[in-house]
This record gives sequence, C-alpha cells and structure tokens, in this order.
Amino acid sequence: MTPQEIYENLKDKFEESIVSFEEDVADPFIVIATESIADVAQHLAEDEGLAFDFLMCLSGVDLGAKDSNFYVVYHLYSMTHRHKLVLKLVLPKEEEPHVSTVEHIWRTANWHEREAYDLFGVIFDGHSDLRRILLPDDWEGYPMRKDYTEPEFYRGMRVPY
Amino acid sequence: MAAPQQDSKFIELKPFTDEMIVSMGPQHPSTHGVLRLELKLDGEIVRDAIPHIGYLHRCFEKHSENLSYQQIIPFTDRMDYIAAMNMNWGFCLAVEELMAAEEGKFPGVPERGEYLRILIGELNRIGSHLLSFGTYGMDIGAFTPFLYAFRDREKILLLFEKICGARLTYNYIRVGGVSRDTPPGFMDEVKEFIDYFEPQIDLYNSLLTANRIFIERTANVAVMDTEMAINYGITGPNLRGAGLQWDLRKDEPYSIYDRFDFDVPVGRDIPEVGVVAGDCWNRYKVRMDEMKESVRIIRQILDSGLPDGPVQAELKAVRPPKGEIFHRSEAPRGELGFYIISDGTPKPVRVKAKSPCFTALSALQELSRGLMVADIIAIIGSIDIVMGEVDR
Repeated sequence: MTPQEIYENLKDKFEESIVSFEEDVADPFIVIATESIADVAQHLAEDEGLAFDFLMCLSGVDLGAKDSNFYVVYHLYSMTHRHKLVLKLVLPKEEEPHVSTVEHIWRTANWHEREAYDLFGVIFDGHSDLRRILLPDDWEGYPMRKDYTEPEFYRGMRVPY
Repeated sequence: MAAPQQDSKFIELKPFTDEMIVSMGPQHPSTHGVLRLELKLDGEIVRDAIPHIGYLHRCFEKHSENLSYQQIIPFTDRMDYIAAMNMNWGFCLAVEELMAAEEGKFPGVPERGEYLRILIGELNRIGSHLLSFGTYGMDIGAFTPFLYAFRDREKILLLFEKICGARLTYNYIRVGGVSRDTPPGFMDEVKEFIDYFEPQIDLYNSLLTANRIFIERTANVAVMDTEMAINYGITGPNLRGAGLQWDLRKDEPYSIYDRFDFDVPVGRDIPEVGVVAGDCWNRYKVRMDEMKESVRIIRQILDSGLPDGPVQAELKAVRPPKGEIFHRSEAPRGELGFYIISDGTPKPVRVKAKSPCFTALSALQELSRGLMVADIIAIIGSIDIVMGEVDR
C-alpha cells in the first residue's frame, strides 16, 4: 500500500485519533494522538491489508529549546506486503512524557522502549520491565535531552572530559 | 527386616534444587565483549538469563549531535568494529538519501566509487563472518578453526591497510564515494586472495561445519522460528537461518547490488543429523554460505574490472536540507538502520542508530530459557553479537 492508502485505512477506523498526515517529505509520516497508540498499533499489526509485523526502529526525539515537544517515532515495516509506515507521537515538554507500551504487539519494543526511557525519560506505561538499559541504574538525568548537563562527578569519577 | 516405613518426610517432594544466581561476564571470553548475563540456574538448567548491557556505551548519538556529518563517520567505525566498512557505508547511504531529497543537492556516487564500495563491503563481510566462524568454534571447544580464520582475515586486513591505511577503523567510505582510489596492483592482489580463499571455505566446512561434536552441540538448540524472529525485529543471518529468504541487497537493492548475481542462503531442516531450521547450527551455516556468495560478487567485479573515473562525487558541502530519513542497509550482522533528522545546518539534530545486534540480543532471554548452561555459550556465538554495536 502507498502511504496515502495506509492513511485512508487508518482514518476509517481512527478518525479522531489522527492529528496530521505529512506526505510531501522523503519518509511520509502520520502523527497520532498519544493515548491511542496501543489501539492503533494493535490495528496495524492485525489488519490483513496492513499487517505491520516488523518494528524496525523506535526512537525518542528532542529537537531543542525552540520546540516545546518531545517526539516518539515508530518505523514500521510489513514483511508480507513490503510497505512501510512512520508513526509519530507528540509529547509536550511541560509534563512528564507518558506513552502506552507496544511491547505486547512487537516484542522487540521491550528493549527499544527501555532505551528511549533511559536516554529521554519517556515513560512507557504497562511496560513489563522499565529499567535503564545502557546507563548505570543510579545515573541521574536523561542525557539525550538537549537541555541535559552532565554531572560533575559520578561515584567519585570526574565526568566531563 | 521390615522395609522402612513409607513416611512422607523421607520422600523428596520437591525434585528441584535451590535456585542459584550466577553472574556470567562482563569479563568472560565467550561473551564476545563486555556483556553480563545474570543466570538463574536450577542445577545445570537455565531458568532465566537476563542480559545486562551498556558497558561499552559511549553515547554515539549524543556525540553525533555536536559533529558535522563527515566527522560522524569515524564514530560509526567504532560501533561494529569487526565490519567497520559496512558501518561507514550504512551511515553514508542515509546521509546521501537525505541530501538527494532536495533537487540538485547530491549528484550521485560515481560508478567507480560504487564498485569500490561493493568490493570493500563484501571483503569486510567475509572478514566479519570469518571472525564469527573462528570464535564460534573456539567457544564450542575447537581451537583450530580460530587460527585458520584469523590467518585468512589477516589477508583481508592487509588489503584494507593498502587501500586506506587502517586495519580496523577505516573511515574509508565517505559521503559521495570513497576517500581514496586503489593503489597500483590492488585488484591483482584481491584476485590472488579470492583465488586462494575460495577453496578454503570447503576446508572450513570439513573442519567444523560437518564435525560430529559440533553438530551435537548446535543442532536443534535454541530454535527460533521466523514468526518469533520477525516479532523480535531480528535480521540478517539470524533471520535467514530461521528459513526466511530476506536480504536487503536483494529485496530493497541499494547502491548497485541489482547488477550482481548472487543467492541468498537460508536455513533448512536436515533430519539425518537432527538439524532444524532456526537452530544454532543453521544460523552458523548461513554465514558460511554467505562467504561463498560474497566471493561470487567480488569475482563479478574482478571479471568486469573497475570502471574508470573519479571515486568521489564533487560536493560543495555536506549539508542535507531540512528533513528526516530512515535508511537501512544489510551489514554482516543484519539490518543497520540510521534515522537522521536535519534542520538544514551542518550538524544533524538527531542521529539514531538501529543496531542489529541490539535486537538480536534482546531475544536471548527467551531463547535460553530451559536450556543447559553450556548451551548459552552456543547461543551467544550463534547470534554473533559485537558489543560495540549493541551499546553504541
């Protein structure tokens, strides 16, 4: 399916959850309402015409001080139909970012979500094991946020170099 | 004498021993780097294996946000340092595609550059699979294959040293082409190596692949079917070992792979020896077969010869337009994806590397449940991870 057709399919089912659809870029993407991600993901995986069985990538994004939102981006692929889709969630910075997990749909999301939590502080509700994955358990702050400043010392070791 | 009375206190009601927690790694020769596994053992049986990663975490992604696009390429070398050429290539492909989104920004890689990229990329694939083959043998208990593999990998490293001056972290493939042309006589040396190397693969197969002890250790161990592999986002030889014919070089051809003739080896059942598609043996065997296919591709380049012309496109500046791209390419360990967001400045806003080893390792916990401790070694070797890429 083309991105346009995928968008039509989603619009039929989730009219009010779709925020916008950007077609005129290299990778067309759909922005959906944050609270609907679990339902939309379920539909994307189970609908026979869509059959998105492969989560290629899940990334947290912070565009810097001039943007007041965090983003979570899902890159999906269908091995059966060989089409792809980019989903985006918008999370306002002023409140703690919360997203429903999609781990029960694509098990690979388990570690990807832990990474996004570790580096961006996005909290995935319903995740079975939301711990830091790359950084030590007692590390403070979320380094991939643009406003992050590293600590002077970590367990007596000087951090900035 | 009367038989002792059947008293419930003499009967073992709980046949399990106490659960023991063993920390395997981070410094352990068979974990291929610094990986710690928290093993919950019931005697010899693994009840759970929880991977703890991050010992090599250097936050490549944060570094990238403060560097220009060309300066990031050496950082990609240090992700999968066994196949650094393919890492350079994956990143450059993503940047090139992002630049090509704006009309006239990117003229395309010259023919000679494309041929050199494929030649070098496939040589590095052979080198990477050789290391995987050698260390896997050593993990299982066969020391000899390791020496053979390193002897031949050394020849590839010498070729790389001649073309770019480095043996491990090359920084050779650049945005728009490659950094240098071949030195005089280079193609003859590649031919000499390929002529020497091709029969060696059969020697390796007789040395390890068909070895009865090796088959006993790896056949029907940790079977991963295609459904589980796709759900876990597993790619590359691990997915093909499960029996799915899926290779980006064939299915989503990038560069000029569509001009070459090669097959995609997949795992299969061999009932006579107890081998099942998706087990450790098949994941290993796919890599052995892939070396042959890489040799085939390189032979086609040798037969046609490198086209004349420049190796690097003339670029005014590497400055992609505002936009974002997710591009994946087939590295020796699976699909390497780069998600790049650009705001039109010389530095990217966000670079996310989707590492194939990271997803492969996330399946380890489910693969190893209920197996024996010795099987853990066989699984780690068969999914072929490089910790530099897992931790980034």
